[in-house]
Amino acid sequence: MRIAIASGKGGTGKTTVATNLAQMAARAGRPTAYLDCDVEEPNGHIFLKPTIEEERPIEKLVPTVDPRLCTHCGACAKICRYGAVASLPNETLVFAELCHSCGGCELVCPVDAIHEAPLTIGTLRLGRSEAIRFVEGVLNVGEAMSPPAIRAVKAAAPRADLVLLDSPPGTSCPVVETVRGCDLVLLVTEPTPFGLHDLSLAVEMVRAMRLPLGVVINRADIGDRKVHEYCKGHRIPIMAEIPDDRAVAEAYSRGLTISDAVPGFAERIGGLLARIDEGVGR
Amino acid sequence: MKIVVTAQGAEMESPVDPRFGRAKYFVLVDTDTGQHQAHDNAQNLNAAQGAGIQAAQTVAQLGAETVLTGHVGPKAFATLTAANIAIHTGAGGTVKEAIEQFQAGRLEPAAKADVQGHW
Repeated sequence: MRIAIASGKGGTGKTTVATNLAQMAARAGRPTAYLDCDVEEPNGHIFLKPTIEEERPIEKLVPTVDPRLCTHCGACAKICRYGAVASLPNETLVFAELCHSCGGCELVCPVDAIHEAPLTIGTLRLGRSEAIRFVEGVLNVGEAMSPPAIRAVKAAAPRADLVLLDSPPGTSCPVVETVRGCDLVLLVTEPTPFGLHDLSLAVEMVRAMRLPLGVVINRADIGDRKVHEYCKGHRIPIMAEIPDDRAVAEAYSRGLTISDAVPGFAERIGGLLARIDEGVGR
Repeated sequence: MKIVVTAQGAEMESPVDPRFGRAKYFVLVDTDTGQHQAHDNAQNLNAAQGAGIQAAQTVAQLGAETVLTGHVGPKAFATLTAANIAIHTGAGGTVKEAIEQFQAGRLEPAAKADVQGHW
């Protein structure tokens, strides 16, 4: 089963939850894969310290224009919703960073002057951390669009009983791309006004996609009770609560998985794993 | 000579819009005949991205040889250059005054973009 760990707000503890879940499940003998889909800033590797066994380029398709064939009719620029193709009287320009690889320009070109060609936008890294199969995507600096890299990470997912997708924060295209097709979306939040505001946006996004969801409240004993009330009011299961603990922050800042460093944490993550199985109906 | 001036209104007396891609209007001035016509750029004004590219195509379609504006970003610069349109930045005052500044040789041709995208 595929579980996405997401959040509206950044810095709520997605990677902490995802890496600890991966480690606990794998140590219990369950075939587990961890996919770092936060390709703009992947950091799961800091905690899982994987041995990388394979690296390959991530590519997206962008149009190339044959100037000998182009008649400058402008059909390519007209169909592009993202303004990635500019048709000028004597030249057709492609702005690869705006291209969403739909292939529309190639289809509409009446003289077959446009063909899609791969462009490297990042690197896919595959390896292992203990028994965890590890995959991460790293988008090249300056690339504007992460969804093609996220698709590459998901396509490279190894076969495993439990596949954990560590999502980027927010509610826009990269998150939608990550959570699409998952069996459950875990939204990690904190009980603060910011946490609640961004959680409610994330809940709207997940519900619009008709995906099952649950909430993990991190630093559950700070702030107020409004996140709890919100979850109750919207019938969203709170699947785990993690108390605020200086020892967790210290372990995190040293790049340790919390289960290894903080007594009692492993049990909480074990409880969350059980709730996930129940939530997905196993 | 056909010149496009980026403007906040549709008239010769309208103030110059310092932005290129997200200018409110493009006022096309034919310096040979003294005629002018305004092109509404509202559609581009709210574009999330690529406004400069679209604006440059519009200017090329209007048949302009020169653009007078405040600033120009990298994609707009590349597109205008590919269309053989000269770019002069630093224009101010009204559309009419910008034309006069240009004709007096006071607006330097831009050799590259002078602002980042989305400035």
